[in-house]
Amino acid sequence: MRMAYRPRTFVLELVMVAVAVAFLFPVYALVTLAFKDPGQIANAPLSPPNPPSVDSFGTAWQSASLGSALLNSTLITVSSVLALIVLGSLAAYFLARRASRLSYSLYILFLVGIILPFQLGMIPLYQLVNDLGLLGTYQGMILFYTGIQLPFTVFLYTGFIRSLPADYTHAALIDGASHLQAFRHVIFPLLRPITGTVLILNAVHIWNDFFTPLLYLGGSGRETVPVRIFAFVNEYTSDYGLVAAGLVLAALPILVVFLVLQRYVIRGFSSGLKG
Amino acid sequence: MTATVAPPPESVRRNAVRGKKGRGGIAPPWFFAVPALLVYALVMLYPSIVGAGSAFTDWSGVGEQRSFVGLANFKQLIHDDQALGALRNTLFLTVAIVVVQNGLGLLLALGVHTTIKSRMLLRVIFFAPVVVSPVMVSFLWKYVYNPAPDAGLNAALGAVGLGSLRQDWLGNPSLAIWSVAFTVIWQCAGYSMVIFLAGLEGVPPELHESAMVDGAGTVARFRHITWPLLAPAVTINVMLSTVGGLTLFTQIIAMTNGGPGYATDTLSTVLYKQAFVFGKFGYSTAVALVLAVFVAAVSFIQIGYLRSRETAA
Repeated sequence: MRMAYRPRTFVLELVMVAVAVAFLFPVYALVTLAFKDPGQIANAPLSPPNPPSVDSFGTAWQSASLGSALLNSTLITVSSVLALIVLGSLAAYFLARRASRLSYSLYILFLVGIILPFQLGMIPLYQLVNDLGLLGTYQGMILFYTGIQLPFTVFLYTGFIRSLPADYTHAALIDGASHLQAFRHVIFPLLRPITGTVLILNAVHIWNDFFTPLLYLGGSGRETVPVRIFAFVNEYTSDYGLVAAGLVLAALPILVVFLVLQRYVIRGFSSGLKG
Repeated sequence: MTATVAPPPESVRRNAVRGKKGRGGIAPPWFFAVPALLVYALVMLYPSIVGAGSAFTDWSGVGEQRSFVGLANFKQLIHDDQALGALRNTLFLTVAIVVVQNGLGLLLALGVHTTIKSRMLLRVIFFAPVVVSPVMVSFLWKYVYNPAPDAGLNAALGAVGLGSLRQDWLGNPSLAIWSVAFTVIWQCAGYSMVIFLAGLEGVPPELHESAMVDGAGTVARFRHITWPLLAPAVTINVMLSTVGGLTLFTQIIAMTNGGPGYATDTLSTVLYKQAFVFGKFGYSTAVALVLAVFVAAVSFIQIGYLRSRETAA
């Protein structure tokens, strides 16, 4: 479809840009709102802020305790993703390389986890986490995300490892390496492309997840960004400028990461499901 | 391959003795899979089995006391107007999201898979909402749907002379479900778009060139070349958005909490309320089991379809 730039292409360009402008309208409304004082919001809800005021941002940052929320989110996301990469790649390597009926059954067992909605086990799991004394802790959340995202992670890694030739490990083992050494120094570096996909998909999911952290972390002081924002918005519901500033601040970190790594993120999302 | 292996070292011999050889390589030991299996069993398998079991009990969620009540929870379910309404809403939302999100995603993908100069920027713009938390997107749209005539979408309609179209977007029971659906569509259309784009990039340009030489127009080329080759992308997109639609929760809780009345309750919000608001855990897991059966059925059909297409291709 790579054709020259013709008048028709120009018309298409105009149409697509118009669609993008309409698409961005909610974002425009929110961002301008965040920069306005209450008087401007009442008198000119959609016009650009004049003069722009940044007061709401400081207040929102304080009231929603966004600083500590960002730290909590970062800690939980990074730890969970690391655990997923280590446990997932090891298990997938085993599942992909050992051809026995038992290992195949185990692979199917992991796949079941992809279609099992977490709502089914939600309440017993809540009880279990409570019984283990892990409610309101980072460890509880990390354990939860590792378990819930493992099926998908194992699925991605297994598909990728199956497409690799087995000779590499062979050579390493012959050189006297242990299985773990061979995996760490030979196999794992070869998994880089799929590790990137696993990292991106899991990190975005865990960073943005809302329901389980609300349930497990609510009131603990270790709430993640979405949970804090939920409480914040419900508390200041009618103070539009403040709510808007809070939302802009809370969405900013992941949007910045996305803009910096856009190519990898988009590739991760579009390739992930094809294994 | 064994011919090239001269003196087998210890690890190889150990494996050889046990006769466990992987596909052409030496099989890794079991302990590679054990940690993952333990965590998976603890977090997903065990709770899901307990959950499925308690759907047949009157468990209140507090303590261990529960007795077997057979199908009573399911009988209650088919007479429960709120649960049935939630089932209808869930199916409605799922169909609306699957059709509109993927239709829009396909149009966007076709639009940016061209020589227009803004194509890279547009991809980033349309995809950006995908990485933002659904809670925040929901609150953003909650403001857009503000019922006041001089805020959000109503203000924009007024500004372009369409003031007569102003609505109480989330407060009107027959409109609210569409408003919720549209929020999801706005956030996820870019996801569909990038999956379609990956599919479009796999279409060999020579096919289009030779079809053009043969005089095929844009529509004919789309129908006979692009569309059949997009089938895997269509399947993935439909599968993702179906499961997403069936389990819709966050957006409802953040925007309407199921209201007005029960107009936007879904299976997920009902099972949540039954468990954590009314303390009826047994009944709640019965609703969850119904949801699980729906999700599993859809996934099975779609995975089967995807596999048959892949083997046919």
